[in-house]
Amino acid sequence: MKNGFLVFLASFVVLGGSWCGFVLAPVLQLGGGKQTAILNSSDLYPVNRPGQANQGLQVYRANGCAACHTEQVQQSGVACDVVLTGAGKNPVAVTNLISSLKLNGLDKDLADALVDKITAAGGKAEIHIVATGPDIARGWGRRHSVAEDFLYDDPVQLGSLRIGPDLADVGTRQPDANWQLVHLYAPQSVVNDSAMPPFRYLFKVQKIGSAPSPDALVFPKGFGPPAGYEVLPTARAQELAAYLLSLHAEVPLHDAPFSQPLAASKP
Amino acid sequence: MSTNEKSGSGGLSSPGGASVPASRLVSSLAPPGEISPADIDRSCCVPLLALLGGAALWLVVGSVLGLLASIKFHAPDFLANCAWLTYGRLQPVADDALLYGFCLPAGLGVALWLLARLSQTPLRGAVVPIIAANLWHLGVFVGLMAILIGDTTGFAWLEFPRGGSVPIFFAYLLLALWAVMIFAGRRERGLYPSQWFLVAALFWFPWIYSTANLFLVAWPVRGVTQAVISWWFANNLLVVWTGLVGVGAAFYFLPKFTGRPLQSYYLALFGFGTFILFATWCGIPPGAPVPVWMPTLSATATVLFFVPLLVISLIGLRTVWGSVRSRWDNGPFCFIGSGMDFFCLSGLMLVAMACPKISPVTQFTWFGPAETQLRLYGFFAMTMFGAIYYLLPRAVGIEFPFPKLVRVHYWVSLLGITLLVVPLAIGGVLQGLKLQDPNVAFADTTKAMLPFLRVSTLGLTALLLGNLLFFVNVLGLTLRWKLALLKQFIAFVKSPLEPGSACASLRPDKEVGA
Repeated sequence: MKNGFLVFLASFVVLGGSWCGFVLAPVLQLGGGKQTAILNSSDLYPVNRPGQANQGLQVYRANGCAACHTEQVQQSGVACDVVLTGAGKNPVAVTNLISSLKLNGLDKDLADALVDKITAAGGKAEIHIVATGPDIARGWGRRHSVAEDFLYDDPVQLGSLRIGPDLADVGTRQPDANWQLVHLYAPQSVVNDSAMPPFRYLFKVQKIGSAPSPDALVFPKGFGPPAGYEVLPTARAQELAAYLLSLHAEVPLHDAPFSQPLAASKP
Repeated sequence: MSTNEKSGSGGLSSPGGASVPASRLVSSLAPPGEISPADIDRSCCVPLLALLGGAALWLVVGSVLGLLASIKFHAPDFLANCAWLTYGRLQPVADDALLYGFCLPAGLGVALWLLARLSQTPLRGAVVPIIAANLWHLGVFVGLMAILIGDTTGFAWLEFPRGGSVPIFFAYLLLALWAVMIFAGRRERGLYPSQWFLVAALFWFPWIYSTANLFLVAWPVRGVTQAVISWWFANNLLVVWTGLVGVGAAFYFLPKFTGRPLQSYYLALFGFGTFILFATWCGIPPGAPVPVWMPTLSATATVLFFVPLLVISLIGLRTVWGSVRSRWDNGPFCFIGSGMDFFCLSGLMLVAMACPKISPVTQFTWFGPAETQLRLYGFFAMTMFGAIYYLLPRAVGIEFPFPKLVRVHYWVSLLGITLLVVPLAIGGVLQGLKLQDPNVAFADTTKAMLPFLRVSTLGLTALLLGNLLFFVNVLGLTLRWKLALLKQFIAFVKSPLEPGSACASLRPDKEVGA
């Protein structure tokens, strides 16, 4: 029968088509990924993580952190904020004008019109682009995650389930290494009602010797080891904390633009 | 085109359904000189015992580990001092034990038997599939242990490092080669719909598994390309492979149980074509940090996946129409019927998750795991249970020791799936709505989810119980078979002067009812 062969051939083409689409094409399009320029800057993004943070990615992988945490900030769109940069010769008129108007979360046309009004009143104003969406409003990042963020990661740990919060920008949110380590050792000591299991096996508890160790964790009141003992992070815990501190989603790119805060955007 | 002859998917369309022992029916029908179906069944005996016995064990192991992982939502401190048993390792191990431990070997075993039956060709050289089955289970053991000690690759559903993935890859190749050899030796050139589905599945797994392992583990590609390939792989394994094997098996068994031919051949061809055309492109989540054409294309394909879903459910419905009542008297029919129901339901959930209005709510929530559990357990495992309850006694020539437990297993599993999937799906939607509202603190979204997760622990407990019943029956059958072998061996040793009678007893021609 010919139809058996035809069915086989058609199946082969169809299955191969999906391979070409979602394996071959992404490899061709993204495989030679390069650094890109940061928006309004000559610096390149991303730079490789420090060695300790790269080791930390392996600790993150080995303990399956991605089972509960994503590393992808979502964004629903962009909006314009109008920012007054100078009051001009008639500050009272400008202040009166803007006190009655909404300045945040506008679309481009409204923002342009507003800037024209302020300029007409003698003031100076700029339009700032901001990302919008629930994740951004939660403070999980300044913009959505983009392919560039993961250029040097192996394995890429995007995650798919938010039992815990998104970690794409956790290094900006919690830049304190001690906080990260205490949170890993006893999550409930720094986050009320945290559902995260403690990772005590990444730490060792020991008697304080002649002097307390400089690496010992500093706990909030009411938590921590019994008196006379201290908690020391192992190398793996330190690497993991270094990795978490290296997670940022706060660099404006062509794909994911937003305006830097005023002070930073001035040359 | 001899459509009418071909429209019956099963090798035989016995009007009496499964109440007539198929072997008896067919041996009387088989023309002289032809191999009887009973001989074909027996030729698969030892390979099937090796594949399915191990699968039943992994099923129990997986549900115990899944239950342990779930208890952590009641008490995060539970087993927290042991690195091996942290949630991030237990959960993937439980998932992989279900997928690689149970679903794949069960699917391979059922595919081997179905192809032998449909091709009217016995399995020859059984030693190779037996070795391959043991190699498979060894690979699964190494892979699961590797995840527990922290040696995972870090990609969902592809966690096994080389020590596990290489053995299972070659074991699969051997098993698939044997299955294809049976297929190539078929007596009838025309193909049954089940054969398209099964052969496509046999052929597709090595392709996706080698691609994923080469591009992600052996020579990893850079950046988010890894994520794209890993999503493509997971989707093609979880949706396409299980769909091909499960629907292929159902298209054989449903006509057999109802005594009605598959409705119809051309609809099945259309369903098969659209299934592999659309389902293979699903899986890239909307909003992923990749070039936007990929999630867009994937979402479009997922919405179009509704077409094969509709066609396949229509075929199933039209085939069982009017026979629904007989379903409740027939254990395997119960399992496969429910399996098809859950195939449609999980497919609808998949389509819903790709709709632009719904996906922002369901993404990153428990709705996704609910869909996966419904697909793997509700659809695939249930279909395989039905097939195994039907075929294993025929292949071994021995009845299950506790046939009444089959019905108990069915109802306990149904309860378990409901208690597992419904809370996770509803809780997932609530979680998503809270995640979409930035005024709700994140801690509250997790807290709101906890009651649902705790109910799902009950579901996992029921599933564990059901799996134990299955395991007890398969184990009992295996022990009976070994005992029978031992008795024959003793009889053979005791009566060396009468080899004729001993040899005859090596082939117990015991009839097996449904």
